[in-house]
Amino acid sequence: MANLFEAKKLSAFYGATQVLFDIDFDIEAGKITTILGANGAGKTTTLRALCQIVRTTGSMTLNAGAGEVQLVGMSTDAIVRMGVAHVPDGRGTFTALSVEDNLKLGAYVRTDKAEVARDIDKAYARFPQLAERRNQQAGTLSGGEQQMLAISRALMLRPKLLLLDEPSFGLAPMIVAEIFRIMRSINAEDGVSMLLVEQNASLALNLAHHAYLLETGTVALSGPAEQIKNDESVRRAYLGY
Amino acid sequence: MEALLYQVSSGLANGIIYGSVALALVMIYQATHHINFAQGEMATFSTFIAWALIQAGWSYWAAFFFTVAVSFAGGLLVQRIVLRPIEKAPVLTNVIVFIGLLLIFNALSGMLFDHTIKAFDSPFAKDAWFDTKYFSSHQVGSAGVLLVVLFALFAFFKYTSVGLAMRAAAQNPDSAMLVGIRVSWMLGLGWGLAAAIGAVAGMMVAPIVFLDPNMMAGILLYGFAGALLGGIDNPLGAVFGGLVVGVLENLLGAYVIGTELKLTVALVLIVGTLTLRPDGLFGKKVVTRV
Repeated sequence: MANLFEAKKLSAFYGATQVLFDIDFDIEAGKITTILGANGAGKTTTLRALCQIVRTTGSMTLNAGAGEVQLVGMSTDAIVRMGVAHVPDGRGTFTALSVEDNLKLGAYVRTDKAEVARDIDKAYARFPQLAERRNQQAGTLSGGEQQMLAISRALMLRPKLLLLDEPSFGLAPMIVAEIFRIMRSINAEDGVSMLLVEQNASLALNLAHHAYLLETGTVALSGPAEQIKNDESVRRAYLGY
Repeated sequence: MEALLYQVSSGLANGIIYGSVALALVMIYQATHHINFAQGEMATFSTFIAWALIQAGWSYWAAFFFTVAVSFAGGLLVQRIVLRPIEKAPVLTNVIVFIGLLLIFNALSGMLFDHTIKAFDSPFAKDAWFDTKYFSSHQVGSAGVLLVVLFALFAFFKYTSVGLAMRAAAQNPDSAMLVGIRVSWMLGLGWGLAAAIGAVAGMMVAPIVFLDPNMMAGILLYGFAGALLGGIDNPLGAVFGGLVVGVLENLLGAYVIGTELKLTVALVLIVGTLTLRPDGLFGKKVVTRV
């Protein structure tokens, strides 16, 4: 399997309610894939399905260096150990713990202490605002800083696959631009594959290599981001701009 | 003046006991964000186990450490079997289950070990070198034991990655799962540790108040007051709170309200802390942005 990740006939359920209906999507190694769609389309559910925190049927295979592994039925902590880091919607920071503790927790499953310390320094170098606040309670940080912290925490895993759920949500445009610029450099420099869920289609299409559009739990459209971005009729019909 | 000093010293000695119960409560709270109302009864049950072992001929410290180990395992099992099914349930469900456990352990203690009052010897000889005018050797010994437990816990939470993981799992179980923490086992670990601490507290109390199934009932309340006063998420604060409660109880009981109303002090402290300063004296005020 050439791809880092392949989902086939993936369905997801909240209790008895089905939210994803037999969707297929792939994530190419080293690239940024984005899933777009309106509220309620099932974007966040897709990321939750990947981490197995919702009930799923179908198949999800991850090819992250240990051969092909079926993720459906795996425990969340096992999936994390395979190298999947999830930045949830709303940031998911441990608000009562310090910035530094948040970063340490990102590396919880790792055993190489010296490298972990090096990665913490790297995070502070990339985000000086976090370095200034390293002993502060994470809940006192601004929205943008919490997003930086959430992304840094996920990167502490040295993930093979980084999942990002609406990183632009609730942030000022200038901060969003900075965060997206940093996401691009993370992908370019460290080769981290990303699955980006976004409501802000233009931002996502400017960053990603490949795009999927979800509409009420099914894939309505998929293709190279550049192509979708430049296709006016598709944009107007599906993305509203 | 001497009477006052005796009241303070005896208050401090009692306070050590309240502090260790408070510590167990803080432990479970740190791990699960729940207050375990069955803590006292579980501690009493543990003490009965130690008593039975000593009756059977075990040396004190062998019985002590074995009881602590068994209590740890017992606490872990209780969490896995009784509490895991209701992990996601509303707080009230958990509270009802804790009260149920309280009744069950109390009844078990009575059923297995009967209700007659038993003597439980202190491991610290009455004429030991550290026996002083204001503090008996047992009180000094208990304080020493508690300090060891306290510092071990403090170090565990602050410096080990499992301790950090436990705090994270209690505060934000969803995010904890996403960094690979097995949240369920963290809860079990918290219960195990709390049960172990409770066992230590029970074995330190029993020589003073004698062992019977209702030994810890009042003490739990004092421990609860101490934990709240110190800040329910702060182990050091819990011990400090326990000491304050112990001294206040004695001073107020001797000079202000009379000894019959001593338990009222604990109740007033509980209500007062929750209304005036819910984070306690040393609890961290947690900031959440909307």
